[in-house]
Amino acid sequence: MTSDIPASTHPLAIHVRGLRTQFGSHVVHDDLELAVRRGEVLGIVGGSGTGKSVLLRTIIGLNRPAAGEIEVLGHLTGTGGAAAAKAIRRRWGVLFQDGALFSSLTVAENVEAPLREHSNLSPRLRREVAELKVALVGLPPDANDKYPAELSGGMRKRAGIARALALDPDILFLDEPTAGLDPIGASNFDLLIADLQKSLGLTVVMITHDLDSLYAICDRVAVLIDKKTRIDTIPELMKINHPWIQEYFGGPRGRAAIASAERAGAAV
Amino acid sequence: MLRAAGDWTTASIGDAERAIANVVRQARGVKQLNIAGLGQLDTNGAMLLLETAELAGEGQAVALTGVRDEHRRLLEVIAAASVRHTDAPDDGNPVLRVLAEVGETALKLAREGVELLSFSGAATMAIVGLALRPWRIRWRGLVTQLQATGLNALPIVGLLNFLIGVVLAYQSANQLSKFGAELLTVDSVGVGVLRELGVLITAIIVAGRSGSAFTAQIGSMRVNQEIDAMQTIGLDPIEVLCAPRIMALMITLPLLVFFADVMAILGGAVASMFALDITLTQFAKQLQAAVSINHFWVGIVKAPVMAVMIATIGCFHGLKVSSNAASVGQRTTQSVVQSVFFVIAVDAIFSIFFLIIDV
Repeated sequence: MTSDIPASTHPLAIHVRGLRTQFGSHVVHDDLELAVRRGEVLGIVGGSGTGKSVLLRTIIGLNRPAAGEIEVLGHLTGTGGAAAAKAIRRRWGVLFQDGALFSSLTVAENVEAPLREHSNLSPRLRREVAELKVALVGLPPDANDKYPAELSGGMRKRAGIARALALDPDILFLDEPTAGLDPIGASNFDLLIADLQKSLGLTVVMITHDLDSLYAICDRVAVLIDKKTRIDTIPELMKINHPWIQEYFGGPRGRAAIASAERAGAAV
Repeated sequence: MLRAAGDWTTASIGDAERAIANVVRQARGVKQLNIAGLGQLDTNGAMLLLETAELAGEGQAVALTGVRDEHRRLLEVIAAASVRHTDAPDDGNPVLRVLAEVGETALKLAREGVELLSFSGAATMAIVGLALRPWRIRWRGLVTQLQATGLNALPIVGLLNFLIGVVLAYQSANQLSKFGAELLTVDSVGVGVLRELGVLITAIIVAGRSGSAFTAQIGSMRVNQEIDAMQTIGLDPIEVLCAPRIMALMITLPLLVFFADVMAILGGAVASMFALDITLTQFAKQLQAAVSINHFWVGIVKAPVMAVMIATIGCFHGLKVSSNAASVGQRTTQSVVQSVFFVIAVDAIFSIFFLIIDV
């Protein structure tokens, strides 16, 4: 590999320290800490406007923090110039809401786009890699040459994951992966993410509102409250005496999700 | 006691509103409102009913009597949700407000001006970079844009400029015939079209056609988070999206202007044939004799400059679209208005410049 970043054994995939983000005078995060372990699936939850997407955008460099450090795979982001930024970028894949596929390119060309930028594969090999990734996310082969507008919402998200996986990243960021999917599609998508995570050894960071996803696939959950994070497993989080956390996990939907997770656990 | 009867639903209360107000005015100070005879009731009817009770009571509580079970729950919900009517917030001194708005708009314009300048710098850097490393040029995007902005624009550019030529010839002939100088129509059409009208009309059409398309295309990519995805992958949106569009327009606009010149002069020639009995051969001879090639260069040299302005403004506003669909429309409008303004401003500056250097 030509990557400048060695495959370190650093225990933390992502370490955010003292992060402060603000828009004008509106402070979104203040002295926020976030540590994501290697190989775990971390869910990020929080009420509307608590800055879940802003946090994700800040980690992947689309938003400049006002203060604080972000360390990804042992390397500080935002240091070392364009080459370092490029090297670190190929270590993660991002699935935006609704896929954010390039609408002028076919699915296969979308998956090829990162390869084109970050590798010198021959066109034939590039196409083969793209077809493999498309198959890996459970799309039929005829999806390869379709344009995003010809796909359903669920298929667009799958294609988005295929593109995010193009460079075999260490970290996968997902922004509300199951939003807008029907319950069957959503739980299939959860299974896909869990499968990929296990088989490829990915670290997954996902913003979600879907309590079923949280119980089904997340190892730990980061709750964004009061401009900071509380991060722990769900049973531990539920011991915290904070009204939002209690309402979120203890409300009717939270209880229903626990019940269905337990049923699924009993069935296995 | 007041008695309410019949259906109180959205469909019926509109007609009854005034009648109810009249009844209430006559029946002030009642203590009870009997609604035993009420038919259907919906949320809006319930709201009006409660308002009626309040008005009739003049500050004293009015008891609802004869409430049937089917209405009770709805009335409770509406009573709980009833909000005090508030006046619109005070906007302060209107004169100050106008002044503040003028100031804010001026600041916003200045800020956008600075941003546009810095974007132009970044776009120039990207294009220079591509010129040094031509293998990084997005050929497919470039060719697509060449077709969209050039080839596809031929019919409308040709037709409009032909008509401009016709109009110019008729107007000139009309005036010049008073002096018996009909043949000078050829000079008028030739000089007017080549120096000014061909490039101006074409640039304005292209601003409306392609500048707006650039903003809408890039803007909808912004809304769809495609630009974010691009940056995450490590692609520079300016290099991938803006550079091919700017380069394409720099190539196509001069070509379109040449085509426009030809069509406008053809229009002038056809009009002269009908209005003045000048044959096409005479027209061509006179054109060759009277109109120097300099006039053509003076016109066409403005085209690449205008192309850069139109494409840069179009791409800039596309990237400035915020994450909602309404913003695409606003930015597209701004893009076209500013492009047309700059096209005419640049034309004026060129005119003064050519006057000074006496071309």
